[in-house]
Amino acid sequence: MELVKPGLGLIFWMTLTFSLVLFILSKFAWKPILNSIREREDSINNALNAAEDARKQMDALKSDNEKLLQQARLERDAMLKEAKEMKEEIISTAKKSADDEARRIVASANESIESAKLKALNELKTQVAELSVDLAEKVLRRKMNDRAEQEAFVNENLKSITLN
Amino acid sequence: MQLSNKKIFRYLIPTFLVILYVGYASLNVYGHEGHADSTQIQGVEANHDAHADHNQEASAHADATHAEANHDGAAHEEGKVDAGKLIMEHIADAHDWHIATIGESHISIPLPVIIKDDSGLKIFSSSRFGHGHEVYEGYKLHEGKIVAVNADGTENHEASFIDFSITKNVAAMFIAVFLLLWIMLGVAKHYTVNKNKAPKGLNNLIESLIIFIRDEVAKPSIGPKYEKFLPYLLTIFFFIFFNNILGLVPFFPGGANVTGNIAITLVLALFTFFITSFNGNKSYWGHIFMPPGVPKGLWILLVPIEIIGMLNKPIVLMIRLFANITAGHIIILGFFSLIFIFGAMNAYLGFGVSILSVAFTTFMSFLELLVAFLQAYVFTLLSSLYFGSAVEEHHHEEHH
Repeated sequence: MELVKPGLGLIFWMTLTFSLVLFILSKFAWKPILNSIREREDSINNALNAAEDARKQMDALKSDNEKLLQQARLERDAMLKEAKEMKEEIISTAKKSADDEARRIVASANESIESAKLKALNELKTQVAELSVDLAEKVLRRKMNDRAEQEAFVNENLKSITLN
Repeated sequence: MQLSNKKIFRYLIPTFLVILYVGYASLNVYGHEGHADSTQIQGVEANHDAHADHNQEASAHADATHAEANHDGAAHEEGKVDAGKLIMEHIADAHDWHIATIGESHISIPLPVIIKDDSGLKIFSSSRFGHGHEVYEGYKLHEGKIVAVNADGTENHEASFIDFSITKNVAAMFIAVFLLLWIMLGVAKHYTVNKNKAPKGLNNLIESLIIFIRDEVAKPSIGPKYEKFLPYLLTIFFFIFFNNILGLVPFFPGGANVTGNIAITLVLALFTFFITSFNGNKSYWGHIFMPPGVPKGLWILLVPIEIIGMLNKPIVLMIRLFANITAGHIIILGFFSLIFIFGAMNAYLGFGVSILSVAFTTFMSFLELLVAFLQAYVFTLLSSLYFGSAVEEHHHEEHH
Protein backbone atom coordinates (compact mmCIF):
# COMPACT_ATOMS: atom_id res chain seq x y z
CA MET A 1 0.00 0.00 0.00
CA GLU A 2 3.00 2.24 0.56
CA LEU A 3 3.29 2.65 -3.20
CA VAL A 4 -0.11 4.25 -3.70
CA LYS A 5 -0.08 6.42 -0.57
CA PRO A 6 1.06 9.89 -1.57
CA GLY A 7 3.54 11.34 0.91
CA LEU A 8 2.73 14.78 2.21
CA GLY A 9 6.34 15.97 2.08
CA LEU A 10 6.69 14.94 -1.52
CA ILE A 11 3.42 16.65 -2.42
CA PHE A 12 4.68 19.80 -0.74
CA TRP A 13 8.01 19.81 -2.52
CA MET A 14 6.45 18.85 -5.82
CA THR A 15 3.85 21.62 -5.64
CA LEU A 16 6.47 24.17 -4.72
CA THR A 17 8.98 23.06 -7.32
CA PHE A 18 6.47 22.62 -10.06
CA SER A 19 4.89 26.02 -9.45
CA LEU A 20 8.32 27.64 -9.59
CA VAL A 21 9.26 25.72 -12.72
CA LEU A 22 5.97 26.62 -14.34
CA PHE A 23 6.47 30.27 -13.50
CA ILE A 24 10.12 30.49 -14.52
CA LEU A 25 9.71 28.53 -17.73
CA SER A 26 6.56 30.39 -18.74
CA LYS A 27 8.17 33.76 -18.20
CA PHE A 28 11.74 33.20 -19.27
CA ALA A 29 11.65 30.24 -21.63
CA TRP A 30 8.33 29.59 -23.34
CA LYS A 31 7.47 33.21 -23.88
CA PRO A 32 10.64 34.20 -25.75
CA ILE A 33 10.84 30.84 -27.54
CA LEU A 34 7.22 30.85 -28.67
CA ASN A 35 7.42 34.51 -29.59
CA SER A 36 10.51 34.10 -31.67
CA ILE A 37 9.14 30.96 -33.31
CA ARG A 38 6.00 32.86 -34.19
CA GLU A 39 8.01 35.84 -35.40
CA ARG A 40 10.17 33.61 -37.52
CA GLU A 41 7.14 31.85 -38.94
CA ASP A 42 5.59 35.21 -39.67
CA SER A 43 8.73 36.47 -41.34
CA ILE A 44 8.96 33.29 -43.41
CA ASN A 45 5.32 33.61 -44.35
CA ASN A 46 5.83 37.26 -45.17
CA ALA A 47 8.85 36.47 -47.28
CA LEU A 48 6.92 33.78 -49.12
CA ASN A 49 4.00 36.11 -49.63
CA ALA A 50 6.32 38.85 -50.81
CA ALA A 51 7.94 36.45 -53.25
CA GLU A 52 4.52 35.42 -54.47
CA ASP A 53 3.53 39.07 -54.82
CA ALA A 54 6.72 39.84 -56.67
CA ARG A 55 6.08 36.93 -58.98
CA LYS A 56 2.55 38.13 -59.59
CA GLN A 57 3.79 41.65 -60.21
CA MET A 58 6.36 40.37 -62.61
CA ASP A 59 3.69 38.36 -64.39
CA ALA A 60 1.56 41.47 -64.53
CA LEU A 61 4.49 43.48 -65.86
CA LYS A 62 5.19 40.81 -68.40
CA SER A 63 1.62 40.76 -69.58
CA ASP A 64 1.66 44.56 -69.60
CA ASN A 65 4.77 44.50 -71.72
CA GLU A 66 3.16 41.99 -73.98
CA LYS A 67 0.13 44.21 -74.25
CA LEU A 68 2.26 47.25 -74.97
CA LEU A 69 4.17 45.35 -77.59
CA GLN A 70 0.97 44.17 -79.14
CA GLN A 71 -0.36 47.69 -79.11
CA ALA A 72 2.81 49.03 -80.67
CA ARG A 73 2.64 46.38 -83.33
CA LEU A 74 -0.97 47.27 -84.08
CA GLU A 75 -0.11 50.93 -84.18
CA ARG A 76 2.77 50.30 -86.52
CA ASP A 77 0.53 48.25 -88.77
CA ALA A 78 -2.08 50.97 -88.72
CA MET A 79 0.53 53.59 -89.52
CA LEU A 80 1.90 51.54 -92.36
CA LYS A 81 -1.58 51.05 -93.70
CA GLU A 82 -2.30 54.73 -93.41
CA ALA A 83 0.92 55.60 -95.16
CA LYS A 84 0.12 53.19 -97.93
CA GLU A 85 -3.31 54.68 -98.32
CA MET A 86 -1.89 58.13 -98.32
CA LYS A 87 0.64 57.15 -100.96
CA GLU A 88 -2.03 55.65 -103.11
CA GLU A 89 -4.19 58.65 -102.66
CA ILE A 90 -1.36 60.98 -103.55
CA ILE A 91 -0.56 58.93 -106.61
CA SER A 92 -4.15 58.81 -107.69
CA THR A 93 -4.61 62.54 -107.12
CA ALA A 94 -1.46 63.23 -109.05
CA LYS A 95 -2.61 60.99 -111.84
CA LYS A 96 -5.96 62.64 -111.92
CA SER A 97 -4.51 66.13 -111.96
CA ALA A 98 -2.09 65.09 -114.72
CA ASP A 99 -4.99 63.69 -116.73
CA ASP A 100 -6.93 66.89 -116.21
CA GLU A 101 -3.93 68.94 -117.22
CA ALA A 102 -3.41 66.87 -120.33
CA ARG A 103 -7.04 67.08 -121.20
CA ARG A 104 -6.98 70.78 -120.61
CA ILE A 105 -3.89 71.15 -122.80
CA VAL A 106 -5.46 69.08 -125.56
CA ALA A 107 -8.66 71.06 -125.26
CA SER A 108 -6.81 74.36 -125.41
CA ALA A 109 -4.77 73.04 -128.35
CA ASN A 110 -7.94 72.07 -130.16
CA GLU A 111 -9.37 75.43 -129.36
CA SER A 112 -6.35 77.23 -130.70
CA ILE A 113 -6.36 75.01 -133.78
CA GLU A 114 -10.02 75.85 -134.31
CA SER A 115 -9.39 79.51 -133.84
CA ALA A 116 -6.37 79.36 -136.17
CA LYS A 117 -8.49 77.55 -138.75
CA LEU A 118 -11.21 80.16 -138.39
CA LYS A 119 -8.64 82.86 -138.69
CA ALA A 120 -7.15 81.18 -141.73
CA LEU A 121 -10.59 80.81 -143.30
CA ASN A 122 -11.34 84.43 -142.55
CA GLU A 123 -8.00 85.40 -144.07
CA LEU A 124 -8.73 83.20 -147.02
CA LYS A 125 -12.10 84.81 -147.40
CA THR A 126 -10.56 88.24 -147.29
CA GLN A 127 -7.84 87.22 -149.78
CA VAL A 128 -10.42 85.65 -152.07
CA ALA A 129 -12.42 88.81 -151.89
CA GLU A 130 -9.33 90.89 -152.55
CA LEU A 131 -8.29 88.64 -155.42
CA SER A 132 -11.78 88.77 -156.79
CA VAL A 133 -11.73 92.52 -156.49
CA ASP A 134 -8.25 92.61 -158.14
CA LEU A 135 -9.42 90.36 -160.86
CA ALA A 136 -12.52 92.34 -161.41
CA GLU A 137 -10.38 95.49 -161.48
CA LYS A 138 -8.05 93.90 -164.12
CA VAL A 139 -11.04 92.81 -166.14
CA LEU A 140 -12.53 96.18 -165.92
CA ARG A 141 -9.19 97.87 -166.92
CA ARG A 142 -8.82 95.86 -170.13
CA LYS A 143 -12.30 96.96 -171.14
CA MET A 144 -13.08 94.01 -172.99
CA ASN A 145 -15.85 93.89 -175.46
CA ASP A 146 -15.46 90.50 -176.69
CA ARG A 147 -17.30 88.01 -174.94
CA ALA A 148 -15.14 85.12 -175.96
CA GLU A 149 -12.17 87.12 -175.01
CA GLN A 150 -13.73 87.83 -171.73
CA GLU A 151 -14.37 84.32 -171.07
CA ALA A 152 -10.86 83.25 -172.07
CA PHE A 153 -9.54 85.94 -169.79
CA VAL A 154 -11.65 84.81 -166.87
CA ASN A 155 -10.63 81.27 -167.38
CA GLU A 156 -6.99 82.31 -167.71
CA ASN A 157 -7.23 84.22 -164.41
CA LEU A 158 -9.14 81.49 -162.84
CA LYS A 159 -6.31 79.10 -163.72
CA SER A 160 -3.82 81.41 -162.13
CA ILE A 161 -5.86 81.49 -158.95
CA THR A 162 -4.90 78.48 -156.99
CA LEU A 163 -6.31 78.08 -153.65
CA ASN A 164 -3.07 78.25 -151.93
CA MET B 1 -3.83 8.66 -38.58
CA GLN B 2 -2.73 10.17 -35.35
CA LEU B 3 -5.75 8.89 -33.53
CA SER B 4 -5.34 5.34 -34.74
CA ASN B 5 -1.69 5.37 -33.66
CA LYS B 6 -2.68 6.50 -30.23
CA LYS B 7 -5.29 3.79 -29.95
CA ILE B 8 -2.82 1.14 -30.96
CA PHE B 9 -0.35 2.24 -28.32
CA ARG B 10 -3.02 2.48 -25.72
CA TYR B 11 -3.86 -1.17 -26.10
CA LEU B 12 -0.56 -2.57 -27.28
CA ILE B 13 1.63 -1.49 -24.41
CA PRO B 14 -0.48 -2.72 -21.51
CA THR B 15 -1.04 -6.00 -23.33
CA PHE B 16 2.65 -6.32 -23.86
CA LEU B 17 3.40 -5.54 -20.23
CA VAL B 18 0.91 -8.14 -19.08
CA ILE B 19 2.50 -10.79 -21.27
CA LEU B 20 5.95 -9.93 -19.98
CA TYR B 21 4.72 -9.93 -16.42
CA VAL B 22 3.21 -13.38 -16.76
CA GLY B 23 6.37 -14.63 -18.39
CA TYR B 24 8.51 -13.14 -15.66
CA ALA B 25 6.35 -14.54 -12.89
CA SER B 26 6.20 -18.05 -14.32
CA LEU B 27 9.94 -18.06 -14.96
CA ASN B 28 10.62 -17.11 -11.40
CA VAL B 29 8.25 -19.63 -9.96
CA TYR B 30 9.77 -22.30 -12.10
CA GLY B 31 13.25 -21.26 -11.11
CA HIS B 32 12.49 -21.56 -7.43
CA GLU B 33 10.77 -24.90 -7.29
CA GLY B 34 14.07 -26.60 -6.62
CA HIS B 35 14.61 -24.47 -3.55
CA ALA B 36 11.26 -24.79 -1.90
CA ASP B 37 12.90 -25.08 1.50
CA SER B 38 13.89 -21.44 1.59
CA THR B 39 11.57 -19.11 3.43
CA GLN B 40 12.48 -16.19 1.19
CA ILE B 41 11.57 -18.02 -1.94
CA GLN B 42 8.11 -18.70 -0.68
CA GLY B 43 7.84 -15.00 -0.17
CA VAL B 44 9.00 -14.39 -3.70
CA GLU B 45 6.45 -16.86 -4.94
CA ALA B 46 3.78 -15.03 -3.07
CA ASN B 47 4.94 -11.91 -4.89
CA HIS B 48 4.65 -13.62 -8.20
CA ASP B 49 1.15 -14.73 -7.55
CA ALA B 50 0.33 -11.16 -6.79
CA HIS B 51 2.20 -9.95 -9.85
CA ALA B 52 0.43 -12.44 -12.01
CA ASP B 53 -2.82 -10.92 -10.88
CA HIS B 54 -1.51 -7.57 -12.14
CA ASN B 55 -2.49 -6.08 -8.88
CA GLN B 56 0.28 -3.73 -8.07
CA GLU B 57 -1.18 -2.68 -4.79
CA ALA B 58 -1.43 -6.22 -3.64
CA SER B 59 2.06 -6.86 -4.87
CA ALA B 60 3.41 -3.88 -3.04
CA HIS B 61 1.63 -5.01 0.05
CA ALA B 62 2.93 -8.53 -0.23
CA ASP B 63 6.40 -7.18 -0.76
CA ALA B 64 6.21 -4.91 2.18
CA THR B 65 4.96 -7.54 4.58
CA HIS B 66 7.33 -10.07 3.22
CA ALA B 67 10.27 -7.73 3.45
CA GLU B 68 9.38 -6.94 6.99
CA ALA B 69 9.23 -10.58 7.90
CA ASN B 70 12.63 -11.08 6.36
CA HIS B 71 14.19 -8.14 8.03
CA ASP B 72 12.99 -9.03 11.46
CA GLY B 73 13.60 -12.71 11.06
CA ALA B 74 16.47 -14.47 9.41
CA ALA B 75 18.02 -11.24 8.09
CA HIS B 76 20.22 -11.76 5.01
CA GLU B 77 20.69 -15.37 4.31
CA GLU B 78 23.92 -15.97 2.52
CA GLY B 79 23.51 -16.17 -1.27
CA LYS B 80 19.77 -15.64 -1.34
CA VAL B 81 18.23 -12.83 -3.27
CA ASP B 82 14.94 -11.25 -2.44
CA ALA B 83 13.83 -9.78 -5.75
CA GLY B 84 10.58 -8.37 -4.45
CA LYS B 85 12.25 -6.42 -1.70
CA LEU B 86 14.99 -5.23 -4.02
CA ILE B 87 12.53 -3.98 -6.60
CA MET B 88 10.30 -2.31 -4.07
CA GLU B 89 13.26 -0.58 -2.49
CA HIS B 90 14.26 0.75 -5.88
CA ILE B 91 10.91 2.10 -6.90
CA ALA B 92 9.96 3.47 -3.50
CA ASP B 93 11.12 6.78 -2.09
CA ALA B 94 14.10 6.80 0.27
CA HIS B 95 15.93 9.11 2.64
CA ASP B 96 19.32 8.33 1.18
CA TRP B 97 20.41 7.89 -2.39
CA HIS B 98 21.87 4.45 -2.77
CA ILE B 99 24.50 4.39 -5.48
CA ALA B 100 26.23 1.02 -5.19
CA THR B 101 26.99 -1.83 -2.84
CA ILE B 102 30.50 -3.19 -3.03
CA GLY B 103 30.88 -6.27 -0.93
CA GLU B 104 29.31 -5.36 2.39
CA SER B 105 29.78 -1.60 2.20
CA HIS B 106 27.01 0.58 0.84
CA ILE B 107 27.83 3.72 -1.07
CA SER B 108 24.99 6.14 -0.69
CA ILE B 109 24.39 9.86 -0.42
CA PRO B 110 22.61 10.81 2.80
CA LEU B 111 19.83 13.32 2.14
CA PRO B 112 18.55 15.96 4.53
CA VAL B 113 15.66 15.08 6.80
CA ILE B 114 13.20 17.84 7.60
CA ILE B 115 10.57 17.07 10.21
CA LYS B 116 7.90 19.42 11.44
CA ASP B 117 6.36 18.39 14.75
CA ASP B 118 5.04 20.01 17.93
CA SER B 119 8.50 21.04 19.06
CA GLY B 120 9.29 22.84 15.79
CA LEU B 121 11.32 22.17 12.68
CA LYS B 122 14.07 19.54 12.84
CA ILE B 123 16.65 19.43 10.09
CA PHE B 124 19.45 16.87 10.08
CA SER B 125 21.19 14.44 7.79
CA SER B 126 19.61 11.05 7.22
CA SER B 127 23.02 9.50 7.98
CA ARG B 128 22.15 10.08 11.65
CA PHE B 129 19.75 7.16 11.38
CA GLY B 130 22.63 4.82 10.61
CA HIS B 131 20.71 2.99 7.85
CA GLY B 132 17.72 2.42 10.04
CA HIS B 133 19.61 1.12 13.02
CA GLU B 134 19.71 4.24 15.19
CA VAL B 135 17.21 6.55 16.80
CA TYR B 136 17.78 10.29 16.44
CA GLU B 137 15.75 13.13 17.96
CA GLY B 138 12.97 10.68 18.74
CA TYR B 139 12.69 9.34 15.17
CA LYS B 140 14.03 6.34 13.33
CA LEU B 141 13.83 4.80 9.88
CA HIS B 142 11.56 1.85 9.44
CA GLU B 143 11.36 0.33 5.97
CA GLY B 144 12.67 3.57 4.56
CA LYS B 145 9.97 5.61 6.27
CA ILE B 146 10.49 7.91 9.22
CA VAL B 147 8.54 6.87 12.30
CA ALA B 148 8.34 8.47 15.72
CA VAL B 149 9.85 6.48 18.58
CA ASN B 150 8.84 6.51 22.22
CA ALA B 151 11.35 6.94 25.01
CA ASP B 152 11.47 3.18 25.56
CA GLY B 153 12.36 2.50 21.94
CA THR B 154 8.99 1.27 20.68
CA GLU B 155 7.40 2.84 17.60
CA ASN B 156 4.81 5.49 18.25
CA HIS B 157 2.25 5.49 15.44
CA GLU B 158 0.05 8.12 17.08
CA ALA B 159 2.70 10.84 17.05
CA SER B 160 1.78 13.69 14.75
CA PHE B 161 4.57 15.05 12.60
CA ILE B 162 5.02 15.99 8.97
CA ASP B 163 7.94 14.69 7.02
CA PHE B 164 9.19 17.42 4.66
CA SER B 165 12.47 15.65 3.99
CA ILE B 166 14.38 16.07 0.78
CA THR B 167 13.96 12.45 -0.20
CA LYS B 168 15.48 10.65 -3.13
CA ASN B 169 12.52 11.58 -5.33
CA VAL B 170 12.68 15.23 -4.31
CA ALA B 171 16.41 15.32 -4.98
CA ALA B 172 15.97 13.57 -8.32
CA MET B 173 13.20 15.97 -9.20
CA PHE B 174 15.47 18.90 -8.31
CA ILE B 175 18.12 17.51 -10.61
CA ALA B 176 15.60 17.06 -13.42
CA VAL B 177 14.26 20.55 -12.84
CA PHE B 178 17.75 21.98 -12.82
CA LEU B 179 18.47 20.28 -16.14
CA LEU B 180 15.13 21.42 -17.52
CA LEU B 181 15.70 25.04 -16.52
CA TRP B 182 19.29 24.98 -17.71
CA ILE B 183 18.41 23.61 -21.15
CA MET B 184 15.25 25.65 -21.67
CA LEU B 185 16.71 28.94 -20.50
CA GLY B 186 19.75 28.27 -22.66
CA VAL B 187 17.52 27.62 -25.64
CA ALA B 188 15.48 30.73 -24.85
CA LYS B 189 18.65 32.81 -24.66
CA HIS B 190 19.74 31.47 -28.01
CA TYR B 191 16.47 32.68 -29.48
CA THR B 192 16.79 36.17 -28.09
CA VAL B 193 20.39 36.43 -29.29
CA ASN B 194 19.91 34.97 -32.76
CA LYS B 195 16.57 36.47 -33.59
CA ASN B 196 14.93 35.26 -36.80
CA LYS B 197 17.82 32.93 -37.61
CA ALA B 198 17.48 29.26 -38.39
CA PRO B 199 17.77 27.18 -35.20
CA LYS B 200 20.61 24.73 -34.79
CA GLY B 201 21.82 22.00 -32.49
CA LEU B 202 19.81 21.49 -29.34
CA ASN B 203 17.44 24.26 -30.35
CA ASN B 204 16.29 22.18 -33.28
CA LEU B 205 15.38 19.27 -31.04
CA ILE B 206 13.60 21.41 -28.48
CA GLU B 207 11.91 23.50 -31.11
CA SER B 208 10.56 20.48 -32.94
CA LEU B 209 9.09 19.20 -29.67
CA ILE B 210 7.64 22.61 -28.85
CA ILE B 211 6.10 22.91 -32.30
CA PHE B 212 4.82 19.34 -32.00
CA ILE B 213 3.08 20.20 -28.72
CA ARG B 214 1.76 23.45 -30.15
CA ASP B 215 0.55 22.19 -33.53
CA GLU B 216 -0.35 18.56 -32.84
CA VAL B 217 -1.53 18.73 -29.24
CA ALA B 218 -2.64 22.21 -28.19
CA LYS B 219 -4.12 23.63 -31.40
CA PRO B 220 -6.34 20.71 -32.42
CA SER B 221 -7.60 19.86 -28.94
CA ILE B 222 -8.07 23.31 -27.41
CA GLY B 223 -8.96 25.40 -30.42
CA PRO B 224 -8.40 29.11 -30.90
CA LYS B 225 -7.71 29.80 -27.20
CA TYR B 226 -4.73 27.45 -27.11
CA GLU B 227 -2.10 30.12 -26.50
CA LYS B 228 -3.21 30.67 -22.93
CA PHE B 229 -2.55 27.03 -22.01
CA LEU B 230 0.55 26.46 -24.08
CA PRO B 231 3.10 27.39 -21.36
CA TYR B 232 1.52 24.95 -18.92
CA LEU B 233 1.30 22.17 -21.52
CA LEU B 234 4.93 22.64 -22.51
CA THR B 235 5.98 22.65 -18.87
CA ILE B 236 4.21 19.40 -17.98
CA PHE B 237 5.37 17.76 -21.17
CA PHE B 238 9.03 18.53 -20.60
CA PHE B 239 8.82 18.00 -16.84
CA ILE B 240 7.37 14.53 -17.25
CA PHE B 241 9.61 13.72 -20.20
CA PHE B 242 12.80 14.76 -18.39
CA ASN B 243 11.86 12.89 -15.24
CA ASN B 244 10.88 9.79 -17.22
CA ILE B 245 14.14 9.80 -19.15
CA LEU B 246 16.24 10.43 -16.05
CA GLY B 247 14.39 7.60 -14.35
CA LEU B 248 15.68 5.26 -17.05
CA VAL B 249 19.31 6.18 -16.42
CA PRO B 250 20.48 3.31 -14.24
CA PHE B 251 23.01 5.21 -12.11
CA PHE B 252 23.23 8.51 -10.24
CA PRO B 253 21.77 11.11 -10.93
CA GLY B 254 19.08 9.02 -12.61
CA GLY B 255 17.26 5.92 -11.60
CA ALA B 256 14.81 7.52 -9.22
CA ASN B 257 11.19 6.68 -9.80
CA VAL B 258 9.93 10.28 -9.75
CA THR B 259 7.08 10.14 -12.25
CA GLY B 260 6.25 6.68 -10.94
CA ASN B 261 5.46 8.17 -7.56
CA ILE B 262 1.82 8.80 -6.89
CA ALA B 263 2.44 12.05 -5.03
CA ILE B 264 4.13 13.57 -8.09
CA THR B 265 1.44 12.45 -10.50
CA LEU B 266 -1.20 13.58 -8.02
CA VAL B 267 0.16 17.11 -8.00
CA LEU B 268 0.43 17.18 -11.78
CA ALA B 269 -3.12 15.90 -12.15
CA LEU B 270 -4.36 18.46 -9.61
CA PHE B 271 -2.71 21.26 -11.56
CA THR B 272 -4.53 20.11 -14.69
CA PHE B 273 -7.76 19.77 -12.74
CA PHE B 274 -7.56 23.23 -11.21
CA ILE B 275 -6.59 24.89 -14.48
CA THR B 276 -9.51 23.11 -16.17
CA SER B 277 -11.91 24.16 -13.42
CA PHE B 278 -10.78 27.78 -13.25
CA ASN B 279 -11.05 28.14 -17.00
CA GLY B 280 -14.35 26.30 -17.30
CA ASN B 281 -16.84 28.55 -19.08
CA LYS B 282 -20.59 28.68 -18.76
CA SER B 283 -21.24 25.85 -21.15
CA TYR B 284 -18.66 23.60 -19.44
CA TRP B 285 -20.27 23.94 -16.03
CA GLY B 286 -23.68 23.95 -17.64
CA HIS B 287 -23.01 20.55 -19.14
CA ILE B 288 -22.10 19.22 -15.72
CA PHE B 289 -24.79 20.73 -13.50
CA MET B 290 -27.57 21.32 -16.02
CA PRO B 291 -27.04 18.77 -18.81
CA PRO B 292 -28.73 20.28 -21.86
CA GLY B 293 -31.19 18.36 -23.96
CA VAL B 294 -32.19 16.09 -21.10
CA PRO B 295 -35.49 16.10 -19.18
CA LYS B 296 -35.08 17.81 -15.82
CA GLY B 297 -36.11 14.65 -13.98
CA LEU B 298 -33.03 12.87 -15.23
CA TRP B 299 -30.72 15.51 -13.77
CA ILE B 300 -30.81 13.70 -10.45
CA LEU B 301 -29.22 10.79 -12.23
CA LEU B 302 -26.97 12.62 -14.66
CA VAL B 303 -25.48 15.35 -12.50
CA PRO B 304 -23.74 12.93 -10.08
CA ILE B 305 -22.43 11.00 -13.09
CA GLU B 306 -21.14 14.19 -14.67
CA ILE B 307 -19.47 15.21 -11.40
CA ILE B 308 -17.85 11.81 -11.07
CA GLY B 309 -16.72 12.10 -14.68
CA MET B 310 -15.20 15.49 -13.97
CA LEU B 311 -13.33 14.20 -10.91
CA ASN B 312 -12.43 11.02 -12.70
CA LYS B 313 -10.33 12.82 -15.30
CA PRO B 314 -7.48 13.89 -12.98
CA ILE B 315 -7.57 10.52 -11.20
CA VAL B 316 -7.11 8.73 -14.49
CA LEU B 317 -4.25 11.07 -15.38
CA MET B 318 -2.62 10.42 -12.03
CA ILE B 319 -2.90 6.65 -12.16
CA ARG B 320 -1.95 6.26 -15.81
CA LEU B 321 1.38 8.00 -15.46
CA PHE B 322 2.16 6.44 -12.10
CA ALA B 323 1.32 2.90 -13.18
CA ASN B 324 3.06 3.08 -16.53
CA ILE B 325 6.33 4.37 -15.17
CA THR B 326 6.31 2.14 -12.10
CA ALA B 327 5.51 -0.90 -14.21
CA GLY B 328 8.40 -0.10 -16.50
CA HIS B 329 10.79 0.16 -13.58
CA ILE B 330 9.49 -3.07 -12.07
CA ILE B 331 9.92 -4.98 -15.30
CA ILE B 332 13.45 -3.81 -15.93
CA LEU B 333 14.46 -4.47 -12.33
CA GLY B 334 12.71 -7.81 -12.51
CA PHE B 335 14.81 -8.90 -15.45
CA PHE B 336 17.96 -7.90 -13.64
CA SER B 337 16.84 -9.66 -10.48
CA LEU B 338 16.48 -12.83 -12.51
CA ILE B 339 20.25 -12.86 -12.99
CA PHE B 340 20.87 -12.78 -9.26
CA ILE B 341 18.12 -15.19 -8.38
CA PHE B 342 19.52 -17.75 -10.78
CA GLY B 343 23.07 -16.77 -9.87
CA ALA B 344 22.33 -17.57 -6.25
CA MET B 345 21.24 -21.06 -7.24
CA ASN B 346 24.14 -21.69 -9.56
CA ALA B 347 26.79 -19.30 -10.85
CA TYR B 348 26.72 -20.76 -14.36
CA LEU B 349 22.94 -20.65 -14.49
CA GLY B 350 23.06 -17.00 -13.47
CA PHE B 351 25.58 -16.31 -16.19
CA GLY B 352 23.38 -18.04 -18.75
CA VAL B 353 20.29 -16.22 -17.64
CA SER B 354 22.15 -12.90 -17.69
CA ILE B 355 22.43 -13.08 -21.50
CA LEU B 356 18.70 -13.47 -21.82
CA SER B 357 18.05 -10.88 -19.14
CA VAL B 358 20.29 -8.29 -20.70
CA ALA B 359 18.68 -8.88 -24.08
CA PHE B 360 15.22 -8.49 -22.62
CA THR B 361 16.22 -5.48 -20.55
CA THR B 362 17.73 -3.78 -23.58
CA PHE B 363 14.53 -4.37 -25.46
CA MET B 364 12.47 -3.17 -22.50
CA SER B 365 14.64 -0.10 -22.14
CA PHE B 366 13.91 0.84 -25.73
CA LEU B 367 10.25 0.30 -25.06
CA GLU B 368 10.56 2.40 -21.92
CA LEU B 369 12.17 5.19 -23.92
CA LEU B 370 9.09 5.13 -26.09
CA VAL B 371 6.87 4.99 -23.03
CA ALA B 372 8.77 7.90 -21.46
CA PHE B 373 7.89 10.04 -24.45
CA LEU B 374 4.46 8.55 -24.93
CA GLN B 375 3.31 9.06 -21.34
CA ALA B 376 4.51 12.66 -21.35
CA TYR B 377 2.66 13.10 -24.64
CA VAL B 378 -0.50 11.38 -23.40
CA PHE B 379 -0.55 13.40 -20.18
CA THR B 380 -0.15 16.61 -22.18
CA LEU B 381 -2.69 15.58 -24.78
CA LEU B 382 -5.33 14.62 -22.21
CA SER B 383 -4.70 17.81 -20.25
CA SER B 384 -5.18 19.85 -23.38
CA LEU B 385 -8.33 17.90 -24.24
CA TYR B 386 -9.71 18.74 -20.79
CA PHE B 387 -8.78 22.40 -21.28
CA GLY B 388 -10.41 22.23 -24.68
CA SER B 389 -13.64 20.94 -23.18
CA ALA B 390 -13.48 23.68 -20.55
CA VAL B 391 -13.15 26.57 -23.00
CA GLU B 392 -15.17 25.15 -25.87
CA GLU B 393 -18.06 27.31 -27.01
CA HIS B 394 -21.29 25.46 -27.69
CA HIS B 395 -23.25 27.35 -30.26
CA HIS B 396 -26.21 25.01 -30.15
CA GLU B 397 -26.95 26.20 -26.61
CA GLU B 398 -29.70 28.55 -27.82
CA HIS B 399 -32.07 25.71 -28.62
CA HIS B 400 -32.32 24.45 -25.09
